[in-house]
Amino acid sequence: MRRIISMLMENEPGALSRVVGLFSQRGYNIETLNVAPTDDPTLSRLTLTTVENDLRIEQLTKQLNKLVDVVKLADLTEGAHIERDTMLIKVRAIGAVREEVKRTTDIFRGQIVDVGPTVYTIQLTGTSDKLDAFVAAMAGAEILEVVRSGVAGISRGEKVLSL
Amino acid sequence: MELLSGGEMIARALEDEGVEYIFGYPGGAVLHIYDALFKDCKVPHVLVRHEQAATHAADGYARATGKPGVVLVTSGPGATNAVTGIATAYMDSIPMVVLSGQVQSHLIGEDAFQETDMIGISRPIVKHSFMVKHTEELPLIIKKAFHIASSGRPGPVVIDIPKDLTRPDATYEYSYPKTVKMRSYSPAQRGHTGQIKKAAKLLLAAKRPVIYSGGGVILGDGSDLLTQLARKLNYPVTNTLMGLGGYPGSDPQFLGMLGMHGFYEANMAMHHSDCILAVGARFDDRVTNTVDKFCPGAKVIHIDVDPASISKTVMADIPIVGPVQSVLTELLAQIDLLTEKDSSIPDQPALERWWKQIDDWRAAHGLYTGRRYDESDMIMPQQVIESLYRATKGDAYVTSDVGQHQMFAAQYYRFDKPRRWINSGGLGTMGFGLPAAMGVKLAFPDSDVACVTGEGSIQMNIQELSTCTQYNTAVKIINLRNNYLGMVKQWQDMQYEGRYAMSTYEDSLPDFVKLVEAYGHVGIQVKKLSDLDGAMEAAFAMKDKLVFLDIFIDPMEHVYPMHIAPNGSMKDMWLSKNERT
Repeated sequence: MRRIISMLMENEPGALSRVVGLFSQRGYNIETLNVAPTDDPTLSRLTLTTVENDLRIEQLTKQLNKLVDVVKLADLTEGAHIERDTMLIKVRAIGAVREEVKRTTDIFRGQIVDVGPTVYTIQLTGTSDKLDAFVAAMAGAEILEVVRSGVAGISRGEKVLSL
Repeated sequence: MELLSGGEMIARALEDEGVEYIFGYPGGAVLHIYDALFKDCKVPHVLVRHEQAATHAADGYARATGKPGVVLVTSGPGATNAVTGIATAYMDSIPMVVLSGQVQSHLIGEDAFQETDMIGISRPIVKHSFMVKHTEELPLIIKKAFHIASSGRPGPVVIDIPKDLTRPDATYEYSYPKTVKMRSYSPAQRGHTGQIKKAAKLLLAAKRPVIYSGGGVILGDGSDLLTQLARKLNYPVTNTLMGLGGYPGSDPQFLGMLGMHGFYEANMAMHHSDCILAVGARFDDRVTNTVDKFCPGAKVIHIDVDPASISKTVMADIPIVGPVQSVLTELLAQIDLLTEKDSSIPDQPALERWWKQIDDWRAAHGLYTGRRYDESDMIMPQQVIESLYRATKGDAYVTSDVGQHQMFAAQYYRFDKPRRWINSGGLGTMGFGLPAAMGVKLAFPDSDVACVTGEGSIQMNIQELSTCTQYNTAVKIINLRNNYLGMVKQWQDMQYEGRYAMSTYEDSLPDFVKLVEAYGHVGIQVKKLSDLDGAMEAAFAMKDKLVFLDIFIDPMEHVYPMHIAPNGSMKDMWLSKNERT
């Protein structure tokens, strides 16, 4: 099952490589990875998605928790949560396709953030599923480049991941 | 407050930490540190002949004393040479602090002379590591390193120190912190009482219990409590390779080692058990054989200080995360409470039947009862270990290398005390034995220290004979010489129809007697069984000499029992070359 694991880690050089290294060392896959400092400059928030069975996830979270740089960890998929992935996608936009791309972007509530004589660059935010659906809907156009931020997530309601 | 340079801070911090020995090798990037050690440091430094040996010596010291071993190496090759020893310590959870020199800060990343990314290279084999960025941080980082290395589940910690941070002309205020607190590191201090209560109940309801204890009992100094628990309940105990000495080896309740080369009675008892109390053990693949077939009728209670060790391979019915001393103390108290209330537990008639069954197994194929040697004067490897046991009255520190000799030593030397059996169990590092023995002997100069080895392993760090000369470390080297890489040959016999692919040395072995004499030591060659005990006693009578016993043994002997793999269970074993369960 797909999991979103989110953690606070020391904002130290090498901390990220320990987390990423653990995945390859113990044979786990990372689907997406997103990391940035928080309001507390000594802490980074790292969110990753992975597809594993329950047993392997339990072992993975235990191993991640053992890393000295990992301060706190949560599996967001255990409860109600919000997830967002942001995509920048550049497509060839000429002739009839140009109008079609614009329409599809509006339907998905995306924004065209850069316009050229032959290309559109579209920004779209949502769940990973929504972004996948948009890419599929662009099948009629020529996709030139896709950049995704990776999933960032947060629990719903009062639940917080903080010190 | 005092002003010290980075190099002086390191020397002082090691003193303040109570370090007894530094094992190391100087080089460009650590010369400022070495100069500080030379000028003013009470901690003696042991100069090894290869950095791998520094880590093994520190490791042996740590295993025997329980205190972290300390290593100091230079950058580049000094650091990479230390890697095998760090990995060895990591796999066996041995507390160690490794200080590695690094090129000057401004050169990092430029492929400078003797530059290597030590933090990167060592990342998967350390408990934690630090890259020092500012000289002022050194005392706190060193304190943290010792704290992390020796608390919770112990392990090696690397501190990488760029040369410019140790220069003598830049001084800073020094004070060594007494304690350290880290928001991201807090190992369990005690077990969950509810879980311990459940464990006590399940344990007392067992009809065929086995206590299976590992290296965690030794690391956590839990041997006395474990022995108390086992004796109170009259339950059988088996130890892992790492756990030997955690329960007295000569005690009748001891079933011997379990696992791939475990005792018949230990493996049979495990397989037929209905309740396994695992303490500081990790259900390693060399113990369980095929996990799906592991002990089908057993409920598992698993005590470990590392939550990640629990339910990693075998699911625990009752997991308890906590240090062994605290958990066993609480468990003993719960058992007292329950047995006071209900005198019918544990089920004595069931326990009697269980012991009867175990005694039958013992009588049928037990290691000590079933063994028959032929009448010739050829020396069997098992007889060497038995001779060593007699000569040292079972009270020596025994280190080993890796291979058949290691298994024979584990099987036939009955360790009655913890921290006496010192071997590389997890990583299986050939070349570990001699440097580890040096570390032990330095810690306990008045005790007998034997290194059981083979002619393959000993040659992997034989240069340390020179270190032994320099520091007069009078260890006894027991070389089980069969002229093969014995364990490789055994597998080739069993699985490759006797094709000995590159497992012999032909006629290339040195004359070990002459070799050790060249270093100023004593060498004795033993070829006949009738000479064995005499030579062994003579070796240990020479208290201040390193003695190398080059003992010619039956080259065709295999280690048995041996688990049948793949797809075998705990009870599936070869008992001899043509007999199996």
